Amino acid sequence: MRILVVEDDKDVAGFVVRGLKEAGHNVEHADNGRDGLFLAASEAFDAVILDRMLPGGIDGLRLLETLRAQENSVPVLFLSAMAEVDDRVRGLKAGGDDYLTKPFAFSELLARVEALARRGKADAPVTKLTVGDLELDLLSRQVRRAGQKIDLQPREFRLLEYLMRHAGQVVTRTMLLEGVWDYHFDPQTNVIDVHVSRLRQKIDKPFDTALLHTVRNAGYMLRAEGA
Amino acid sequence: MGVTLPNLAPGLARARRAMRAGRRGLRRGRDWLLAHVPHQVPHWARTLRLRLAGPGQKVTVFRSAGFRFASIYAGLLVISAAALAMFLWWATAGLLDRETEAAIRADAQGLSERYADGRLNALISTIDDRIAQNVDDDAIYLLVDGQMRPRAGNLSAWPAIVVEPNVWYPLPVQRAGTRSLARAMRFDLPGDFHLLIGRDVRVRAQLRDLLTNALLWAVLVVVAMASMGAFVARGLFQRTIANISDTATAIAAGNFAERVKISGRGDEFDQLAETINDMLDRIARLMDGVRQVSNAIAHDLRTPIARARSRLEDAALHARTEDELSAAIDRAMSDLDGIVAIFQALLRIAEIEAGSRRSAFAVIDLTPLLADLAELYEAVAEDAGMHLTVSAPPILPLHGDRELLQQALANLLDNALKFSPPGGTVRLAARATAGGAELQVADEGPGIPAADLGRVTERFFRGEQARSTPGSGLGLALVQAVAHLHHGALILSDAAPGLRATLSLPRGSDNLHA
Repeated sequence: MRILVVEDDKDVAGFVVRGLKEAGHNVEHADNGRDGLFLAASEAFDAVILDRMLPGGIDGLRLLETLRAQENSVPVLFLSAMAEVDDRVRGLKAGGDDYLTKPFAFSELLARVEALARRGKADAPVTKLTVGDLELDLLSRQVRRAGQKIDLQPREFRLLEYLMRHAGQVVTRTMLLEGVWDYHFDPQTNVIDVHVSRLRQKIDKPFDTALLHTVRNAGYMLRAEGA
Repeated sequence: MGVTLPNLAPGLARARRAMRAGRRGLRRGRDWLLAHVPHQVPHWARTLRLRLAGPGQKVTVFRSAGFRFASIYAGLLVISAAALAMFLWWATAGLLDRETEAAIRADAQGLSERYADGRLNALISTIDDRIAQNVDDDAIYLLVDGQMRPRAGNLSAWPAIVVEPNVWYPLPVQRAGTRSLARAMRFDLPGDFHLLIGRDVRVRAQLRDLLTNALLWAVLVVVAMASMGAFVARGLFQRTIANISDTATAIAAGNFAERVKISGRGDEFDQLAETINDMLDRIARLMDGVRQVSNAIAHDLRTPIARARSRLEDAALHARTEDELSAAIDRAMSDLDGIVAIFQALLRIAEIEAGSRRSAFAVIDLTPLLADLAELYEAVAEDAGMHLTVSAPPILPLHGDRELLQQALANLLDNALKFSPPGGTVRLAARATAGGAELQVADEGPGIPAADLGRVTERFFRGEQARSTPGSGLGLALVQAVAHLHHGALILSDAAPGLRATLSLPRGSDNLHA
């Protein structure tokens, strides 16, 4: 995927660019708002990682507002040290698709950017999700694996749906908490792990191969064997 | 009137003359001073200053608000006193004149009717009767014929100044050996007779002068009283302002314990003082919070930072394999994540306490909020061999911040699950109260010793039992901040066994029908 990083801090930018390249992405970098706006407006990207406070007269918010005014709908993730709830709300209102505060874990950033870029390419609305031999029917709200019906609680169904929509990608605990429960805080206890392990009991335990994997220091990934 | 007051008019003239002389003297004196000691002429207008507020703050008399208010007060008082005096004068002294004139006209009317009825003789006898019956001895009559010869009356000759009929003349008269003043009018009768009717007004004039004098004196007294009153009012005003100003100066100098003194009268100044004191209390609380946080940061963050640092240093010095090294880095990173989490919690508490989040308030239904949280935590409870029960009314509306209430309850549930023994029950309950709602999380853990109950909501405070468990000591501080943001309270009590944490929240807004 082609990703633009607009970030003036050399260390952070170097770290992010290197990490994204290692993950197999094509990365462009701008270290001020003016260049960032020029690149974002003139070339096509799958996602933009944007700092809020930028030198060069154009800060992240202005950049994004200008971009959106030109009807450019590239997915944008704010990466900012401005961590107050109001800052976050302002960033999302300006047209941001996601908001990550510094300091951050790279795995979290990568997972979110990949999810964003994927969302940007969303096809027509689907009624059925499939990963390996696991099938989820969004209309009848039924889940089957290898033809065998699996009973899920409503929340487990939504958790699985989220994981399947992001199949093949790392999904962090925070993403699950936000995407499935709509909670924007980190509980101290491992609530997400407990729910994921319950889901795993139902969709993986009775079968030979595991679909739901734990990614160390990052989160979870749902993927078919060999995919 | 028993008191005789001196006549002011000659006095005023004398005063004017004296002032003119004084001014001449002053001019001469100034000229002399200018000629002889030119550098020592005092510039009184510029140096006439007084201290109003604190040291270093001088306000000239004419620019002081106290002087302005006092002058306005005195001016209004004098104007209203003068208006009152003028009205009194018009109603009394003026009335005397008008009465005299009315009496003379009535007299003339009566006499001319007598003349019309019974010719000249009847008129003459009537005039004689009236003079005889005049007890006050103030009536003046004179009837003359065409040749101005007196035919009746008590005046010896027609006064030369009275020429026109129907015009009021002040008439100096000589009666019974005394000079006096009369008010008179000429009436012409048919048959070439002329009638002069007047009244001796000397007594009335004296009365009027007395009255005028009294009123002038009264106005003077009012002016004096108003000036004194203004002086006193200015003093009061200055004292009140100085009270507030002293406090502000003391606080600016760093003495935060200073408060505006309250007089106890409950007036506007007391209200202002109370408002200012409330404001100062709030600032002091916020500053205490900041101080507490910076102390806590200094003490409590040093430990994990030191730990992370020593891990990294240890790895740099002693790690033999790449695996050992990356394991040490991983551990240091998770230490740092912990520090970041503490910072975020601190910032969030500060953000909540600053009250800026109130803009996100909306009407929310607490029942589904509780159900969702219970659903999230039920799995954790079951995994740990505990039970989580929920009880809530079918609907429980409240004006508040959904996200913060979720987080506050999550913190309470985190705590409850952390400290409950296996097999224990955690109860999550909500109920409507008269003023709003009450949210409760009760566990069956060891509880909090009574001595610590008041301190556990302090940032970084950790009880004896909590020291061995993971946690930052910020959870309850955040819950309390959320409670305060909602103008509510966090009440911790003994559930025997265990801890009962109650969030008591006012409804926050009327007409809640979520």
